[in-house]
Amino acid sequence: MDKVVVENLTLQYTDGTESLRGVSMVIPAHAITVLFGPAGGGKSSLLRCFNRLNDLADVEKVSGRVLLDGVNVLDPATDVISLRRKVGMVFARPVVLPFSIRGNVTYGLELMGARDPRQLEEAVEHSLRLAALWDEVRDRLDDPAIALSGGQQQRLCLARSLALQPEVILLDEPTSGLDPISTGKVEAALQDLKRDYTIVLVPHSVQQAGRTADFAAFLLQGQLVEYGPGKELFIHPVDKRTEDYITGRFG
Amino acid sequence: MTGTIRQDVDRAGKGPRRTPRRDWGQFLVTRLIQMSGYSAIVFVGLIFFFLVREGLPAVFQVPLGHLFSVRWYPIEGYFGVLPLITGSLIVTAGAMAVAIPFGIGTAVFISEIAPRWAREILKPLVELLGGLPSVVLGFLGILLLSPFLRRFLNLPTGLTALAGSLLLGGIAVPTIVSIAEDALDAVPKAYREAALALGATRWQTMWGVTFPAARSGVMTAIMLGIGRAIGETMAVMMVTGNAPVLALRLASIVSPVRTMTATIAAEMGEVATGSQHYHVLFFIGMVLFLISLIVNVIASAVVFRQRSRAERVLS
Amino acid sequence: MSQAVNGPPAREAPGGGQFRAGSIRRRVVQHAGFALLSLSAVLTVIPIVMLIAYVVQRAAPAISWDFLAGFPREGMRQGGILPAILGTFYLTLGTAVFSVPLGVAAAIYLAEYAKDNALTRLIRVAIINLAGIPSVVYGLFGLGLFVLFLRFGTSILSASLTLSIMTLPVIISASEEALRAVPQAFRTVSVSLGGTRWQTIWRIILPQAVPGILTGVILGLERAAGETAPILFTGAAFFLPQLPNSPLDATMALPYHLFVISTQVPEMPLQIQYGTALVLISFVLGMNLIATVIRSRARARRQW
Repeated sequence: MDKVVVENLTLQYTDGTESLRGVSMVIPAHAITVLFGPAGGGKSSLLRCFNRLNDLADVEKVSGRVLLDGVNVLDPATDVISLRRKVGMVFARPVVLPFSIRGNVTYGLELMGARDPRQLEEAVEHSLRLAALWDEVRDRLDDPAIALSGGQQQRLCLARSLALQPEVILLDEPTSGLDPISTGKVEAALQDLKRDYTIVLVPHSVQQAGRTADFAAFLLQGQLVEYGPGKELFIHPVDKRTEDYITGRFG
Repeated sequence: MTGTIRQDVDRAGKGPRRTPRRDWGQFLVTRLIQMSGYSAIVFVGLIFFFLVREGLPAVFQVPLGHLFSVRWYPIEGYFGVLPLITGSLIVTAGAMAVAIPFGIGTAVFISEIAPRWAREILKPLVELLGGLPSVVLGFLGILLLSPFLRRFLNLPTGLTALAGSLLLGGIAVPTIVSIAEDALDAVPKAYREAALALGATRWQTMWGVTFPAARSGVMTAIMLGIGRAIGETMAVMMVTGNAPVLALRLASIVSPVRTMTATIAAEMGEVATGSQHYHVLFFIGMVLFLISLIVNVIASAVVFRQRSRAERVLS
Repeated sequence: MSQAVNGPPAREAPGGGQFRAGSIRRRVVQHAGFALLSLSAVLTVIPIVMLIAYVVQRAAPAISWDFLAGFPREGMRQGGILPAILGTFYLTLGTAVFSVPLGVAAAIYLAEYAKDNALTRLIRVAIINLAGIPSVVYGLFGLGLFVLFLRFGTSILSASLTLSIMTLPVIISASEEALRAVPQAFRTVSVSLGGTRWQTIWRIILPQAVPGILTGVILGLERAAGETAPILFTGAAFFLPQLPNSPLDATMALPYHLFVISTQVPEMPLQIQYGTALVLISFVLGMNLIATVIRSRARARRQW
């Protein structure tokens, strides 16, 4: 089943750069889809179309459709607030909000108006478990989140998004600043999460793409060059450009 | 478990909902904030409007020739504002002669030379000076500065333009120091390092590289200092002697003068609303407003122009 | 062959002896220049310290509980200055009531809502102008608008409103700076979690900016407390038989009081003059101190 369908998406910024050119692809549900490619390829732009975070950037023109469960999210009539609750995002640098650990996780819920302390507590524990962080912080939920290590902060950001029970989770180079152990913990968490969520990941290395991808899409200068099941694409890429990038001849 | 928190539980798997009716409270808040943003323009407009409303009649009631004559003696109907203008000018010029060297010198010292411990002492002290109410400085001027000037310079009275200039200089220095120091601090370290790497001494770097780079900020500092000096009321009213005589000779600096600001402050309490005198005082207020408008617009234009040039160069 | 190994023949450094003399001259210039600048800084700052010490010394005999909490007698030549102290307190409070909500809201508009267009530039020019208008012109404006046109009369209300407009630019600038200092990443995260702009401001940006805003507010109010010209024709009075009962009454105020007793009252004991000056200085500097403490404590406790 396809959770997200991208139809002929073209995106242009006000300074003239064309970030996406006629990209069409599908994001299957309950799987990890990886968008990889060299810098400037449009991976982040594509990701930010899914939760309309591109509204904050200087976008000149967007054409095409992005269908979430069959409904076009790019339609101006879409309620972006509820969209962003359905489609969560984890950023490259862990940005913990200036609250406690608990406060970070409940922030999204409080935005929605949730107030029952018991429900909030349950949500906190549930989300932190899903993000593989519960055991490390269960005794200090009221400590400032800024005191956590980089890897822990990033898992906290993941838990923060999970608290809203999204259906899709977008991750933009989530482990780029992290050590290998933390990276491993995040990747392991994603493998567990894909059972219940749809995951779209922009990896920070081709190796990470190869490790995690159920499906992979290679984006080069705004165009979708190749797309297919992860194992196949990395072992037998069809397009020469894909092969050159994977083997390190450029990038 | 947490199903009751998620409001969209009925929409799981059905895509995003369409925009609901917007929250009215949020709309109201946004409007209030927007109007607060515009308020500055409203207030400037209001001030200008009221000054003109009460000041323009003066131009009609008092023939222009008289208005710009050299005699200010309201009791007998003489409303020549020139002595007041020259009074303000000479006191301000004197103030700048004091404030610019000391202000810039201190700013350069604090930002380029002073060790950390000296900076921690100097900056608060300069801020302290800036926080002193001008009436306090005027008070000290009357009791300490004027008698001193009188004895030291052998003058008939210490209440002179010089006393006013010295006090005003002291009042303008903190403004100049804080803005100039910010400007110097903002010069990227890379500039200094590049100059030093080429063999320049710190002194040469300061004046050849850093100071020119901060030029617009320093000019802004000076302009704002001038604005502060022209607009000062209490301190000058208390120590300049309040004699509305034309101040054009060099000797005027050690004679009593009267500034525009002091005139308004001293006489407004005594006038009858709607009288000629009343309107002329508002007219002087108009002039002061326009002077400060020009000074500030020039200062901000300098900053904008310099910044956009730098942005173009560095992009 | 061996020549190549030894390298090119040694040459004397260009300039030779002149090179060294130039560097000595440069160093002398630098030392002299540094000394001159240090001197200017010291000369700027020493008088401040000396003056304040002098005022403290001359005022000390006058300071007593009776002085601070008592009423004036004998035409202000004896007794206390409580009405002036209270008056300044009322005026500062009144100024805060009007200028803080308006100023902070305007700052929020500039930092979070305003687009980069001509209207916004106009607003900024207006703010710069408000900051530069002479205080006595504010007094005239207050007289024209609040005292006469709106018929509030010479009152705490008129004076507070006048002082508020004067204080607005300080509060707006400081608040806007404080709001902008909060990292942009917080806003992005909040939006990605489904927050509206106002929710983001109310829950994250504003609370984090509070110390900076507070500092700006206190510095602005400190200036308002020390100003005389704006209140001259709008609310200040010299001799009032009783304390003000309502915002529509006129009031005594420390700066105005100091002005009158030092220029217009014959045979005013010097002690009382210095004492009044000291109280005013302490009031103003006390606020400065509080603002500084808030600023440094906030910097230490920042969570970003």
